[in-house]
Parts: sequence; structure tokens; C-alpha cells
Amino acid sequence: MVPLSWYVALSAMMFVTGLVGVLIRRNIVVVLLCIEIMLNAVNINFVAFSDYLHLIDGQIFVFFVITVAAAEVAIGLGIIISLFRLKESVNMDDYNLLKL
Amino acid sequence: MMPILLIPLLPLLGFLIVGIFWPFFKGKGHLIALPLVTISWAIATMEFFKSFTAPPSLTLVYDWIRSGNLDVGISLQYDHLAAIMLFMVTTVAMLVHLYTIGYMHGDSGYDRFFAYISLFTFSMIMLVLSDNLVEMFIFWEAVGLCSYLLIVHWYERRPSWLAANKAFIMNRVGDFGFLLGIFLIYDTFGSVRFAEIFPAMASHLHETVNISAAFGGNWHVPVLDVIALLLFLGAVGKSAQIPLHPWLPDAMEGPTPISALIHAATMVTAGVFMIARMNPLYNAAPFALHVVAWTGAITAIVAATIALTQPDIKKIVAYSTMSQLGYMVMVCGLGGYGAGIFHLLTHGAFKALLFLGAGSVIHSLSGEQDVFRMGGLRKYIGLTFATMLIGSLALSGIPPFAGYYSKDLILVTAYQQGPLGQMLWLIGVLTAALTAFYTFRLLFLVFGGKERFHSEAHGHAVHPHESPLTMTIPLIVLAIGAIFAGWAGEHYGILNYLAQELPLPQVHEGAGGLSENALKGISVAVGVLGIIGAWVLYGKESAIPGALAKNLSFFYRISLHKWYFDELYDAVFVRPSFIIGRLFWQELDKGVIDGIVNGVGSFFRGSGVVMRKLQSGQIQNYAMVMGIGAFGLLAFYLVFNRL
Amino acid sequence: MIQQLPFFYFGGMALVCAILVVASRVAIYSAMALLGMFIHVAGLFIVLDAPFLAGVQLLVYAGAILVLYLFVVMLLNLQGGGSTPLQKQTPWAILLSLLAIGELGYLLVKTHFYPKLPAIPHPSVPTLGNSETIGMVLYTQYLFPFEVASVILLIALVGAIVMARGRGRFRPE
Repeated sequence: MVPLSWYVALSAMMFVTGLVGVLIRRNIVVVLLCIEIMLNAVNINFVAFSDYLHLIDGQIFVFFVITVAAAEVAIGLGIIISLFRLKESVNMDDYNLLKL
Repeated sequence: MMPILLIPLLPLLGFLIVGIFWPFFKGKGHLIALPLVTISWAIATMEFFKSFTAPPSLTLVYDWIRSGNLDVGISLQYDHLAAIMLFMVTTVAMLVHLYTIGYMHGDSGYDRFFAYISLFTFSMIMLVLSDNLVEMFIFWEAVGLCSYLLIVHWYERRPSWLAANKAFIMNRVGDFGFLLGIFLIYDTFGSVRFAEIFPAMASHLHETVNISAAFGGNWHVPVLDVIALLLFLGAVGKSAQIPLHPWLPDAMEGPTPISALIHAATMVTAGVFMIARMNPLYNAAPFALHVVAWTGAITAIVAATIALTQPDIKKIVAYSTMSQLGYMVMVCGLGGYGAGIFHLLTHGAFKALLFLGAGSVIHSLSGEQDVFRMGGLRKYIGLTFATMLIGSLALSGIPPFAGYYSKDLILVTAYQQGPLGQMLWLIGVLTAALTAFYTFRLLFLVFGGKERFHSEAHGHAVHPHESPLTMTIPLIVLAIGAIFAGWAGEHYGILNYLAQELPLPQVHEGAGGLSENALKGISVAVGVLGIIGAWVLYGKESAIPGALAKNLSFFYRISLHKWYFDELYDAVFVRPSFIIGRLFWQELDKGVIDGIVNGVGSFFRGSGVVMRKLQSGQIQNYAMVMGIGAFGLLAFYLVFNRL
Repeated sequence: MIQQLPFFYFGGMALVCAILVVASRVAIYSAMALLGMFIHVAGLFIVLDAPFLAGVQLLVYAGAILVLYLFVVMLLNLQGGGSTPLQKQTPWAILLSLLAIGELGYLLVKTHFYPKLPAIPHPSVPTLGNSETIGMVLYTQYLFPFEVASVILLIALVGAIVMARGRGRFRPE
């Protein structure tokens, strides 16, 4: 009998781990990996609640999240390759395009 | 009532056309302005002659403010007082329009000048026709504005704009009182319309107002006296009575037609007109009436003494104007409103004549204004001399000229008003002697004696020449007026004509020992005495004036320096104002205000320098800030348990 | 306790792998740690009676996405970061994460998760989470989002090709 709150706690911890990764890593590929961690943390929550409430909708949402994650990875990696060609670097420091 | 509406409308139209399209006229502005004013004059004249039989009319032109009790409309109240004033105003205005063609010929601001005198004519007509105090105040200010604009006509000359500013600021003091008077009237009567105020006068006779309420005091005075004095303050400013008079002589910096139209015949008499118009109020305020009478009398004699020694031809006439205005105010203060208005009308004719004549003299000498650099001009400009002689005789009160009738009426009215009236009568007679003296001093210095204008000051020979027809025709017309206006007024019973609006003063029976004819004899005698005195001193070259000036140097200097009013105001008001102004400028404005403004500027500049660092362009910084925001909101919710 | 063992194993391993992803200095190690995390999350899905999702997780994440990452990492020949793999704002990010953990933990303690149902019924509904049930719901109730998702995938496909192809304006002259 695993209480639901444990799943929620696990999910929160994973999410914060991913968040910290996004904020502190310089390598843009690793930043994308950390975004995957955050998505998975959310997925765990969805499935846990789905199982707990006997509702299938949570699992359907996970399905969509995985779809979007796949699309995001494809696009994100395409962008990274383009940027790499432009800047010869994968460091976030070098990508200050938002600054005039 | 269309014709009456046309009287003010046509000059306004002239102003609009010439004023808006002035660059297209190129010195032909009179082609629009003069015909329109002439038509306006013709209508005013016809209506004036009709007014003997026709009842007074009241036309509402425009319902301006209607809020609660307050009902202010732009109306035309055409009664006998307005009719006769309109006749005089439009006549002088038309003649001055005509005169200006010659006098201002070739001036760079020719068309602008015509626009402004048309605007002035309109404003003055509306002032005369107003049926409530607010409308009167608007046009009261409008004539003041026109006066300002016209004094400063040669705006590149420093004395011009100094004089214009002085006139405007001094009038502001008076207008402030006028405005307060209107407020108090509205507070007391609940209306600003003459037709509603005057019948209610009796019910407020014993009402008092606590004038020291603002200081927590408890000083009750009759409210009607306070109102009358406040309104009179406006008249003091507008009609150049002591102590708000110094602007009038300075206003002579403006072109001479303006001096004739605004600063002699019409605008400066607005104060007298206002007192006459408000006569039910003044009759109900005895204390205020005494103040009015004394102010007028003191102004009359002080101005006359100043005029004795002035060297500037226009200033002499200006002080004479002030003195005559003092007469009118004085007799109004004694209840003789009709006599005041009568003198106002005759004075409008002969004083405009004197000013236009002075302008003609100045014109003939190409701008010379010092009477000691004239002389002997009779040979060159005979027509001007003849008309000015008529004007001077009228001003001196010599029969049968206009001034004789009206001035004698004033003096007789004064004499019949008991002890106070007789005291003022004495001042009036003294003033009359001085008036005749300085008037003929001017005349002898300008037209008689040796030719003193060949001085080396100008460096080239001066050839006096008679003025063009446009300038001499007004002189002739006004001279006719100066001859016949007084006789006509008496013959057709102007006092009875005006009695509809201006009740006759009560005569104190047996108060004085002198009969009416004796009084007339005395005033004529002092007039002749003054002329003889002037002849003795200035008729031919003599050493007497110089010796007098040396022996009576104290009085001479007082008179020459205009009783030191300018110096007094300079020391009491102007210099402290400059000191305070400099203080505010240097310390408050530059220090505090600019400090705040610059401080605000540099604060945002500095904060920009700091905040710019937040704009790193690094995505992760932005994500960080976003995270702080999200969890900060969550923290807020958790701490305060609400969002 | 024995029933909770799978949760602790899979959950703990997933968390450890996630931390490894963040902490590892070399990109390829991070990718491998992420693979471990995906597998253990899939295990959690099985514990939670979602075998179909577990399969999808393994197929899509571990099978497709991660391979994509590995390709990119190898393609770009990433040998670890520059002088340091971490950003300047690291201390602040750690502080923020502590705040977040604290807040979320506080919320968790304060929240009552449907107290009438104390725990997950196991096995609850036999059909829940199997492919048949998901298919039924997906193709009826969620048909429209499903189609939208397919369009998203198509767009992502095209976009990835366009951007990674390297011709056009992204290419330096």
C-alpha cells in the first residue's frame, strides 16, 4: 500500500531536480535532457492519480505528453544543430541572442 | 432688434476678417475695418435718435450659463444710458479708424492695428450693452486686453512693452476687486443681472458681512458698502484713479490713435460708466459713495498739478484725462451720475480731439514729443492749431464750448450737495484753474513763440507739414463736437433723457450761499485766470517759469516727478517682487524644482544602468527569474493563505 | 513493506538517475543516466497498473528519443563543457530549489489526498491501463486531440528536417 502522497513527493523531487538542471547547466543538450526529467516527473504524477482515482484520462494525458516530448526533442535538437553551426559551441553563455 | 445686434457685430466681423487674413491685406486693412465701423456708427446714431421715443429693449443673444440660480446670458440691454454711450463710442471709434489711415501709414503692423481697434470697438460696445455683471466683466477684461495689445503695438521698443505690462498688471489689481465684488453680489442677491439686483437693493440695506471672518475676527460692515467699494476698485484701475493711475501716462507709449480712442475717450471712462450703471447700489452705500467722491477729487487735483510741468505733449494730455476722469468720478460720488456721464461724453469729444491734434503735431515733426522742442508751429499746421485751440477752450471750460456746460454742471451739482459737496467744489474749482493753465501752456509752447525744433539733436533739418486729409477730417469733426456737444446736451436736456436710468441727485436747499449763475461765473473766471496765467508765463519768451521752478523747487520737483508714485511703487512692490522672484528663481526653482526634475531624470538613468544588467540575454537567467516568480507567488500564498 | 518495495526501488533509482543527469560533467554520461531514469519510470508505471504506458515509455523515450540525443551528442563530439559545466547563477538556483522543495513539501504535508480512500487498491480494475481500454478511450473520447497530436508530430518532423538540414539562412556564409 503505497500512499499517493509518496508518489507526489517523488514527482516533486524529480521535478525540482530537473529545474535545477535547467538553471545551472551550461551545455544546451544537457538542459534539454533536464527538461525530459521534468516531463517524466509530471508523467509520474498523472499516472499515480489515474491509478488512484480509477480514471483512464491521466494515462491518456501521459500519452500526449510523450508525443509532445518527442516533437520537442526533434525540434530542439534541430535548433541545437543549427546553433552549433552558427556559434561553434553548445554553451548557453554563447547564445545571448536575446541581448541587443 | 436686429439693428442693435449689428452694432457690435460689424466691428467684430471687421476684426475677424482683418485679423485672420491680415497677411493678405498689405496695408489695405482699413478697406474692411473702416466701412464696417462706419455702418455700425450709422446704426448706432439712428438707434440713438430713435431712443428718444422708443422704449428700452433687452435682447438675449446667447444663453451662456444657466446653472441653479446662476443665469448668465450674453444680452444687449439698450436703454438711454447705453444709447448715448454707444453714440459717443462708435463716433470716436469711426473717426479714429479714419485718422489711423493717415497716422499709421507705412507702419509694418498696419493691418494688425486695424484688427485690434476693431476688436476694441466691439468689446467696448458690448461692455456698454451688457445686462449683467459677468458679461460686463468679460468685456471689461476684453477692452483691457485690447489696450494691452495696442500699447505694445511697437513691441520691439522696450518702453512699449514695459508700459503695456504696467497697464495690464495695474488693471489686474482693480479687476481682482471687481471680480470679488461680483462674487459678493451673487452671494448676496443670488443673481448677477442688473434687472434683478436693483429692485432687491432695498431689502439688503441693513445686511452686514463679516469681512474679517478669514482671520477669525468679528467685524461686521454693511454688505452693500463692501460690494460698492470692491466694484469701485475695478473702476479705480480702469479709470486711472489714484492710487492705480500710473499706468495711464505710461500707456502713451502706444500709437496716438490708441491714446485718443482707448486712453481718453472710451475705455478709461468704463469705470465711470460702471459706477453710473450701478447707481442704485452706490446710492444705497453712503460710505462707499464718500470714498468715490474723495478719490475722484484727489485724483483730479493731483493729476492737474502733475500736468503743470510735464515736458511730453502726450503725457500732459494724459494727465489732463486723468484729472477729468477724477471730475467724473467725484460727481458720481456725490450722486450726480447724469452730470458725470454728460462730462464723459463731452470729454470724449474734446479729449479725443486734443489727442488726435497732439498726434498731428507729432506726425508733422516726425515723432518729436517734447513741447520744449516745438514752438511756432501755428504757421505750418494752422488747421491742427485751430482745432486744438477749440479743444483746449473746451477743456478749460470757456463758454460756449462743450467743456463749459458739462464741467459747470459737475461743479454746480457738487456745490448743491451740502458741506462735503462744497469742499469738493473748492477742489474742483482749483483744478479747473490748473486745467486751463496747463492746457494753454501746452498750446503756447507748441504753437506760439520761437521755433525750437531746429535743434541739432536730430542732425537734420525738420520741415513741419500739415497732416493728410484722413487725419484732419476727424479733427474737424471732433472740433464741431467740442463746440456743440455741450450746448446740445443742455439744450435737449440730457439729464432728463438719462433720468430713466440715472436719477437726479437731491439738491440740499439753502445749503450754499451762492446762486447757480454765480457758480458758473466763478468757474469761467478761474478758467480765464488760468489762461491768462499761462499767457504770462509761456505766451512769450520769459524767465518767469525758470525762476518759479528754482524758487519753488520743492513743489516743482513733486510735480515733475508725478508725486513720486512710480518711485513709491517701485520701492514698495516692484523691487521686493524682483527680490522675491530672484530668490525663488535662484534658490527654489534652480535648487529644489530643478533638483527634483534632474533627480528624477538621473534616478531613472541610474536605475537603467543597474537594470540593464538584468537584461543579460541569457535564457537561463530569464528562466531563473521566472522560477523565482512562480515560487515567490507560491510562498506568498502559503504565508498569507490567499492569492 | 514488501508491497512498497517496488515503489522504493523504482522511485529511488529514478531520482538517483535524475540527479546523475544533472550532476554528471560529461554529456554522454548524462544521456546514459537519463536512459536509466526512463527505464525506472517505466517500472513505476508497471507498479501503477499502466503496462501499456510503460511499453510506450520504453519504446518512445528509451528507444527513440534517447537514441536521438546520443546521435546529437556524438555528432557534435561533445567532450564535456568549457572551463566549468555550471552557470554563474548556480548558488541562486540551488537556493531556489531548496525553497521549492520546502514549499512543495509543506503543501504535501498540509494536503489531504482524499482521506476516504487511504491507498491505491491493488489490483483495482483489471482492465485499467491495458491497451484495449486506452485504445477505446483514445479513439472515441480523445479522437480530436489524438489527431492534433499526429499533426504536431508531422510538423515537428518537417521542422527538424528543415532546421537540421543546414541550408538556408542559418548557415554561415
